[in-house]
Amino acid sequence: MKGMTLIVKKTTQLIAGLVFLYGIYVVLHGHLTPGGGFAGGVIIAGSFILLTLAYGSDFMKLTREETGTTITENLAILTALLIALAGLIFGAGIFFSNWLPAGKAGELISAGVIPLYNIFIGIEVAASILTIFLALIIFKEEITK
Amino acid sequence: MNPLIPLLVAVPLAGAFLIMILGKFVKDINKYIATLTLMFLVAATLVLMAGTGSDVAVYRLGGWDNINGIPIGIYMVSDGLSGIVLCIINVVGLLSVIYSFTYISRYTSENNYYALFCLMVAGMNGVVLSGDLFNIFVFLEIAAISSYALVAFGVGRTELEATFKYQILGGLASLIILFGIGFIYWRTKTLNMADIREVMGSETGKPLYLLVQMLLLCGFGLKAAVIPFHAWLPDAHSSAPSPISAMLSGVLIKAVGIYVLIRLFFNMFIISNETAVLITTLGTLSMVFGVFLAIGQWDIKRLLAYHSISQMGYVVMSAGMGMILLSKGIKPEVAALAVAGALFHLINHAAFKSLLFLNAGAIEYRTGTRDLKEMGGLAALMPATSSTSLVASMSISGIPPFNGFFSKLIIIIAAIMAKFYLLAVIAVLVSIITLASFLKFQRYAFYNREAANNGNNIREVPFPMVLSMVLLTLFCILLSLIAIPQVRDVVLTPAVNVLIDPHLYTSPILGM
Repeated sequence: MKGMTLIVKKTTQLIAGLVFLYGIYVVLHGHLTPGGGFAGGVIIAGSFILLTLAYGSDFMKLTREETGTTITENLAILTALLIALAGLIFGAGIFFSNWLPAGKAGELISAGVIPLYNIFIGIEVAASILTIFLALIIFKEEITK
Repeated sequence: MNPLIPLLVAVPLAGAFLIMILGKFVKDINKYIATLTLMFLVAATLVLMAGTGSDVAVYRLGGWDNINGIPIGIYMVSDGLSGIVLCIINVVGLLSVIYSFTYISRYTSENNYYALFCLMVAGMNGVVLSGDLFNIFVFLEIAAISSYALVAFGVGRTELEATFKYQILGGLASLIILFGIGFIYWRTKTLNMADIREVMGSETGKPLYLLVQMLLLCGFGLKAAVIPFHAWLPDAHSSAPSPISAMLSGVLIKAVGIYVLIRLFFNMFIISNETAVLITTLGTLSMVFGVFLAIGQWDIKRLLAYHSISQMGYVVMSAGMGMILLSKGIKPEVAALAVAGALFHLINHAAFKSLLFLNAGAIEYRTGTRDLKEMGGLAALMPATSSTSLVASMSISGIPPFNGFFSKLIIIIAAIMAKFYLLAVIAVLVSIITLASFLKFQRYAFYNREAANNGNNIREVPFPMVLSMVLLTLFCILLSLIAIPQVRDVVLTPAVNVLIDPHLYTSPILGM
């Protein structure tokens, strides 16, 4: 896949980092502000998609990246499931129970395990949206070949 | 609270994700993980059923208890009915995975196959165990979306066309279901099925109540392929790889279609006579039209798919008869018999229809065709396939002493005792036509020596495939034992009691 013009490349260079940071902010503050794992994950994926579209990439690299995102995605969702299963062992011993101390309402580190779910769901959503995007590009490249 | 209830959903999910990670690095680990997962599920189901018995076990996720008798959390509920359906899902699932070892090795991307299989099982277990409407919808989507992908697994012309049709109609069904759930939530401010029964109980017969009933009947009717909604089933079930056809026909339409219909209309809604008559009519129509559509088919898997519609018609009709009697408040023991017949036929259909699809897969594996006219004389070449499919054909046509005979007998006896003589006659006639079409299947596939032009290296299928077929054959014979009253009291009666007396279902959930 070919990249775009210099103007697009430069603008993307400036913006992509900010978009990525904003995604992380939305994920981390999921239990305090609107947003959360899903919304933040989509924003994070957006920064990678911007870079791929602006700079282009060759076919072999794309397939390697897709393998990476698939594994990341599955690891993240598996971790989220394991956190839920850990509720069976710690605390009240109930699936999906909040087994970490709740902390003080309104602080960044509070709400027990909910920020952890948000983080792993954020990684999962970012990786899976990137996987879908890469799969579509790879499919298009295969057709044009 | 029994931790096995959430594990029945969590373990197959974890299995699916592990397959996608480890399968990239270790060859052939995918089938071992899938088998171990399904083995755990079968064991867990049996332990759960033995522990629960005739009680209703409630699991409150995250430990959110009722507040003033109002359920606020997500509840998972396991009772006699879900126990039966869980057994069907996981046992047929395990046998299909074993069958897949050699069958699926001709396709690429086995990792995706086993991962999607585990996801589908997780979705169905979730539907069956869920205690609230919205989680039924979520798990139904998990099961349905993985089945769309599995139907298209061959990525040929027919597979893609079938899965496209299946996706469109399945998506429409999900939309209708979500619409119905939305109406219920708007009216009652709750999604818990037991709570909805309490809150909406005073609104029977009002327009909104009827609208919601019809929306959910259409939506889950589409998933269950009851006759006016059946268009997707023959294509989807015949194009999928055979172990998946066995799962779709033997399990999926029951777990996400029939089970939910029965659960909603017995336990969540208060049955009215008109709805009960409508459901019975739909069941009778599927029974009759399904079998007439089936008898003209020459493609084995299409023939079997149409028979699924017809046999599910028996289940829906019998459950509908129970509903009519319950709504009139007469003859409760006959209603119980009709519902027991429906559930018994549900179990039996899972055994023989999965077996028939596995047989069709075995024939296709060796001969490379699904057309009955191109086969012949396979009885001598494939003795195990031939004998197991003979047992399955006799079961589905209702020949004693196989299981199909007893469930059809119970349904017919219930129809006569309830004085629905016409339905009893129709049930007998449909059974005879079923016998005719399976005689055709047997003759053309296995005994038609003159047409046998395929002597070149056709032999029995590999051992894992034979093993699953033989085990399912044993089920076909052993399930007849449920007809004995003592066994029936253990297996069917808890489920029937929960359906006949909704109070048994609602009171443990609402903590009354």
